[in-house]
Amino acid sequence: MMANLKELAKQKELFTGGHRACAGCGTVMIARQVLMASGPDTVVVSATGCLEVVSTIFPFTAWNVPFLHSAFENSGATVSGVEALYKSWVRQGKINKKINFIAFGGDGGTYDIGLQSLSGAMERGHNILYVCYNNEAYMNTGVQRSGATPKGADTSTAPVGKVKKGKEQYRKDLTAIMVAHGIPYAAQSIAGNWRDLTSKVEKALAIEGPKFINVFQPCRLGWAYPPELTCEMGRLAADTCTWPLYEVVNGQYKITYKPKEKKPIAEWMKLQGRFRHLLKPENKALLDELQNKTDKNWEALLKKEAAI
Amino acid sequence: MAKTNIVAKTGNEAMADAMRQINPDVVAAYPITPATEIVQIFSGYVADGLVKTEFVPVESEHSAMSACIGASAAGGRAMTGTSSQGLALMAEMLYVASGLRLPIVLADVNRALSSPINIHCDHSDTMMLKESGWIQIFSENAQEGYDNMIQAVRIAEKARLPVIVTTDGFIISHGMERIEILSDEDVKNFVGEYKPEQYLLNSAAPITIGALDLPDYYFEHRRQAAEAMKEAKSIILDISKEYGQKFGRSYGLFEEYKLSDAELVIVAMGSTAGTTKVVVDELRASGVKAGLLKPRVFRPFPKDEIASALKGAKAIAVLDRSDSMNGNEGPVCLEVKAALYDKGLAKPVVDYIFGLGGREIRLQDVEMVYNDLASMLKGKTFDKVNYMGVRE
Ligand SMILES: Cc1ncc(C[n+]2csc(CCOP(=O)(O)OP(=O)(O)O)c2C)c(N)n1
Repeated sequence: MMANLKELAKQKELFTGGHRACAGCGTVMIARQVLMASGPDTVVVSATGCLEVVSTIFPFTAWNVPFLHSAFENSGATVSGVEALYKSWVRQGKINKKINFIAFGGDGGTYDIGLQSLSGAMERGHNILYVCYNNEAYMNTGVQRSGATPKGADTSTAPVGKVKKGKEQYRKDLTAIMVAHGIPYAAQSIAGNWRDLTSKVEKALAIEGPKFINVFQPCRLGWAYPPELTCEMGRLAADTCTWPLYEVVNGQYKITYKPKEKKPIAEWMKLQGRFRHLLKPENKALLDELQNKTDKNWEALLKKEAAI
Repeated sequence: MAKTNIVAKTGNEAMADAMRQINPDVVAAYPITPATEIVQIFSGYVADGLVKTEFVPVESEHSAMSACIGASAAGGRAMTGTSSQGLALMAEMLYVASGLRLPIVLADVNRALSSPINIHCDHSDTMMLKESGWIQIFSENAQEGYDNMIQAVRIAEKARLPVIVTTDGFIISHGMERIEILSDEDVKNFVGEYKPEQYLLNSAAPITIGALDLPDYYFEHRRQAAEAMKEAKSIILDISKEYGQKFGRSYGLFEEYKLSDAELVIVAMGSTAGTTKVVVDELRASGVKAGLLKPRVFRPFPKDEIASALKGAKAIAVLDRSDSMNGNEGPVCLEVKAALYDKGLAKPVVDYIFGLGGREIRLQDVEMVYNDLASMLKGKTFDKVNYMGVRE
């Protein structure tokens, strides 16, 4: 079942080039890889945000699968309706082939404004996969802080100023919130590790019920780094354990990537504009705090895995 | 003539029964008084396996409409029911549904909007969305609610626009009436099969729905929707006529009650039209040429037809069961006046805002309006907008 790069490369492109994403955008990489793993019998629903905006500028579309965008906060509810019709048609004998239902949302449309509709969809148990492309801020509107923005990051609504040092709160642990819904599959993945992402999508789609994958998505514009570093930036997030890769199958945790050598978060941060201030000597205390928090989170995750 | 079953039902029961007979593919809804019962009763039909419907008990009205949009875009018949705050919460998605030209049907049980919070009838919820691109059909009683609901499915699919069918909260929704229910078979045949041209579940022919329109296309798409609303008028008439021929109850864009020779005319929608008919009968018995025009289709607004129907009137009162709070007339009055103006009919028109938040309207109140019209003809002047039945 594990994805094979050669096989994947031979497939018809379900998410095509010619879209208007920024050079080095992680979002479109994620969409393409998710569809590689799902195959053509897939209906995609997307929230308003970068992914939808860059891929569906009328009269063009980058989607070679059926695609629906209705609004920002309701990917979960919209895909619920699509899947409900499928169920009704299966019952009526109007359709018999298996179709995958995948919803995409950015971190703003998932962690914040869309949380209610996502939570509702998960609770009702629709047979859907929700993929959050998580670039840790509202990128489509110009890098405003979201509930996914890490503490200390410089954003346009939580800027670094004379008295404040970027976002003052830790990000919310949405993956944990999803796990707490008791869904059969939740995972974290990353743009920059195609095998990890495609395997998780394949695995998720083979399971009946609501599934959630939180995909870390470096945003070269919002994070201020050179576009060619997107994959590297993702891998560094995993190597520093600021974004651990794991999956939770029926409540059981499994870490899918353990760095041989856990790198300090500063190595990842120094490549990005949004953390530049943290590397100054006067902000050492904050940087230490963030390193400490990252370590604690990682240890907690190791414990959850060991608890099986 | 088709076989009908005469039963006693509340408006909500009648709407739920219509939904059972229509048998939509998907119903998604969230509870709100006084509409709750419709989907509550309907979910009983689902539980008993009487319908093929997938019922999605969502976590908000916003999600109810979102799920309907998903189901409709995917190629199915989708319906919901709501009221007041629920309709308001759906507002964003109502515009999306009409912009995407999805034939969703919504039963709106009219209720006042917060604040102050109030669960009783007025039309402010539907009126708030009169510019949303949804066809709006008002019902005078449970029978009309039932009949309108069944016709709405066909209207929506032919016009490729979503339809709101309203009933008045509590007055119709909870009042028990004698109504004639069609046979399941007749409804099934009347609504027929829905065959969308393009839909999401057809993965062999993938389409993108809900694309981003920049200044180069947005205007054209809105223009097409506006044209569809204009064309909906004749579609509604055709389907209403067919319904009348098959089942004996005919509907038009509006109802004229003793209007042809009427001099004093009231324009009223919903259950108030029923009350007004009683007063018209009484006045006619004493020789007063009173009449009623009851708009059934508020969107699209049949302005030419209404203006023609009002041609003989000497004085007109519009009863508005909502207030636009615009420093001007209520929504229905504004439409009526604009219609008259365009036909060059400069008639005395006076607006009465009434019944907000379930405040009763009695026969005497309607009679007083006719009396006002009579004294208006004798030269008495009135405020452009009058608040009827309020303590001031
Ligand atoms: C947008 C909107 N939808 C629906 C309602 C109707 N409504 C009022 S209270 C209520 C139920 C509240 O349930 P819960 O929160 O469990 O509190 P309880 O009534 O059980 O104390 C609903 C659905 C509303 N007021 N506004």
